[in-house]
Amino acid sequence: MQIQAVYPLVFAALLFCVGVYGVLSRRNAVLVLMSVELMLASVTVNLVAFGRLAAERTGEALLTGQSFALFVLAVGAAEVGVGLAIILLLYRNRASVNIDDADLMKY
Amino acid sequence: MSDYAWLIPALPALSAALIFATGRQWPRKGAEIGIATIAIALLLSVGVAIEVFSNNVDAAAAAHGEESETALAVPVADAAEQPAEEGGAAEAHGGGAFVKEAGFTLATFGEDASFEAGMRVDGLTAMMFLLVTFVSLMVQVYSTGYMHGDPRYTYFFGLLSVFTASMLLLVIANNLMLVLVGWELVGICSFLLIGFWWEEKENQDAAIKAFITTKLGDVGLIVGVITLFGMFGTFNIGEIFTAVEAGDYSQSLLTFGLVALFIGAIGKSAQFPLHTWLPDAMAGPTPVSALIHAATMVTAGVFLVARLYPLYQTSDVAMTVIAVIGAVTLFVAGLLALVQDDVKKVLAYSTISQLGYMVAALAFSYTAGIFHLFTHGFFKALLFLGAGSLIHAVHSNNMSDMGGLRKAMPITFWTFLIGSLALAAIPPLAGFWSKDEILAGALGGGGATGTLVLVLGSLGGLITAFYMTRVLWLVFAGEYRGHGHPHESPPAMAVPLIVLAVPAALIGFINIPTDALHSVGFAAWTMFSLEYFEGHPAEFNVVLATVTTLLALGGIALGTALYRRLPERDPMLQMGPLTTLLVRKYYLDDLYSDVIARGLVRGTLARWAYWTNDHVLDRIVYLAGAAAVSLGRLTYRYADQRGIDGVIHGLAGGANVLGRDLLRKVQSGNVQLYAGALFVGVFVLAIAFVAG
Repeated sequence: MQIQAVYPLVFAALLFCVGVYGVLSRRNAVLVLMSVELMLASVTVNLVAFGRLAAERTGEALLTGQSFALFVLAVGAAEVGVGLAIILLLYRNRASVNIDDADLMKY
Repeated sequence: MSDYAWLIPALPALSAALIFATGRQWPRKGAEIGIATIAIALLLSVGVAIEVFSNNVDAAAAAHGEESETALAVPVADAAEQPAEEGGAAEAHGGGAFVKEAGFTLATFGEDASFEAGMRVDGLTAMMFLLVTFVSLMVQVYSTGYMHGDPRYTYFFGLLSVFTASMLLLVIANNLMLVLVGWELVGICSFLLIGFWWEEKENQDAAIKAFITTKLGDVGLIVGVITLFGMFGTFNIGEIFTAVEAGDYSQSLLTFGLVALFIGAIGKSAQFPLHTWLPDAMAGPTPVSALIHAATMVTAGVFLVARLYPLYQTSDVAMTVIAVIGAVTLFVAGLLALVQDDVKKVLAYSTISQLGYMVAALAFSYTAGIFHLFTHGFFKALLFLGAGSLIHAVHSNNMSDMGGLRKAMPITFWTFLIGSLALAAIPPLAGFWSKDEILAGALGGGGATGTLVLVLGSLGGLITAFYMTRVLWLVFAGEYRGHGHPHESPPAMAVPLIVLAVPAALIGFINIPTDALHSVGFAAWTMFSLEYFEGHPAEFNVVLATVTTLLALGGIALGTALYRRLPERDPMLQMGPLTTLLVRKYYLDDLYSDVIARGLVRGTLARWAYWTNDHVLDRIVYLAGAAAVSLGRLTYRYADQRGIDGVIHGLAGGANVLGRDLLRKVQSGNVQLYAGALFVGVFVLAIAFVAG
């Protein structure tokens, strides 16, 4: 099956924008983390799309993009683990997951 | 032996360091260190003297035998050109005065000028070594008795060692710079020892007077040294002789330098008109007077002229100055000795007078000058130590508190008598031979100055004999007029008197001016070069010797006639205006303190200087100061406060506003704001990347 490479790329861009919006507008730390995951996912989509495009252009059976995507997913899972642990500790210390409250490094 | 001559000044220096560091812990409080080291130095001096003198005698005998032009023409410069050769340069030349030079350079400056620590050993050095070490040894032994129980006993012996070392340094130095160093060092020691009992204001004043008066002469000395250095580009005495020998120099400049140097000698050797410090210097302990102010330090000026004798010989002007100053000194100081009651002051004026003889002698004969220096050192040291013995016994310096001491103090009496007769130039004692040599030299020299020295010197002999006779009668004859019971001094003081009496009596025989002994005597031992030895013989003149001896005997007879029975009032104090003149010391002290110091300096000169200071110098300083203040104020107000500070305040304030009021807002702690900034940045970069 042949699809135009532009579709997954546009999709990934939209997904990234949703993630950015989420990161910048949500106050809940968990939702911010989820939005970060959305951005990560959009990048993963990009990797798969470009991997496929490269295989078609060169005519070789390349799986570089796909395998990279798998690595990113694994790293993303680990990142979520760390992120959730931070949020948990934040909650324990402040009884809140609102990131506006976590401004200890303010001037 | 002369290779080790440097040890002779080094030993007392070592002794001084030891005494000052550890003296108090020694059983005899440091005195034994000083005495032991000076004894070794004396032995070394004898060794050096034997080597130098025997060499000179051989050379002189050879020259005398040949009677040839060539041997006579060997100049001192030839010997000086080959310094420090094995066995002395003289032998290599087959005849010539012994000169050994050695040293090392301490500092170089200018193109090829240098300051060396070097020694020059010749007949003059060897003679001075013998005199200084011998008298110093005697004085130190004597001091163990005289200074016994003094609270600063150790310090005293330390200073004596420092003085001896400095004097020997002055003697051994091969360059004028080192001479100057030794010269100033002995001056300092003299100052410290005159003021040794500084608890009394009088002694302090005497020390300061001595220091300042000699310092006045030292200005001349320094000018002279600088002049010679400027002319010849070296401080080295031998090199200066060579340069003068070569003849490429300005005679008038040299004369100026030599007269300037002689002014230093006038101060140090207490010549008229700077002699006033020496009688006051008697405030020091008597052994000090014997060592420093009779036998050694005051002869430094005579030594300096003798050391530079080849230079002085080139200048008739300098020689005339020397002759006149010496003749005037010997006469006026002799007169001053007549009216003194303090026995030490009589001896002090006598010393000045004898120094005048030495200086006057140098104008005509090198040998006569230093021969009198040599003999005088022994008999005057003896006289001073004898006076110390008297003072020790009666606890007073004044002859009016003495009298009748012949029975109580026989050793002191006999030795003092020998010293007095030697000083009075009675044959065959030491003083006769040296004084005769001087007068014979003056007679041979001829001319106006020769006549002056001859006449004043002969009259001086009469005066000398008279005042010593006066002292002898007042002190030893008649009834005791003091307090308590005088007794003979302890052996530590008596033995040096006896030992010193021997050379005082006999040392004159080393220069008996007969043809047979001519070539082995003092003149040959200490000769500078064969030229001086052969060129300036003072022929023994029977008539002259008889006349001077008769004059001395006349002085003794006159003194005996006047003082045999203690007169009601001292005849010397009944000569009307003359007595007043002498008691007031020719008003010289008054001239110096009232007219020059108080009147001129403190009065007119001071007023003038004050006015100048107030109205000229201060005004300039004040104006400069005021200008600087206003300039500073302007600078402060405009450049500093507004310019520099403005920039700095502006920068700081700007940074402050920027940071506190603007940039601080950025650090909100809001993660999302940071993230937003991050995205904006990435967006901008991406646009730039794509567009670029």
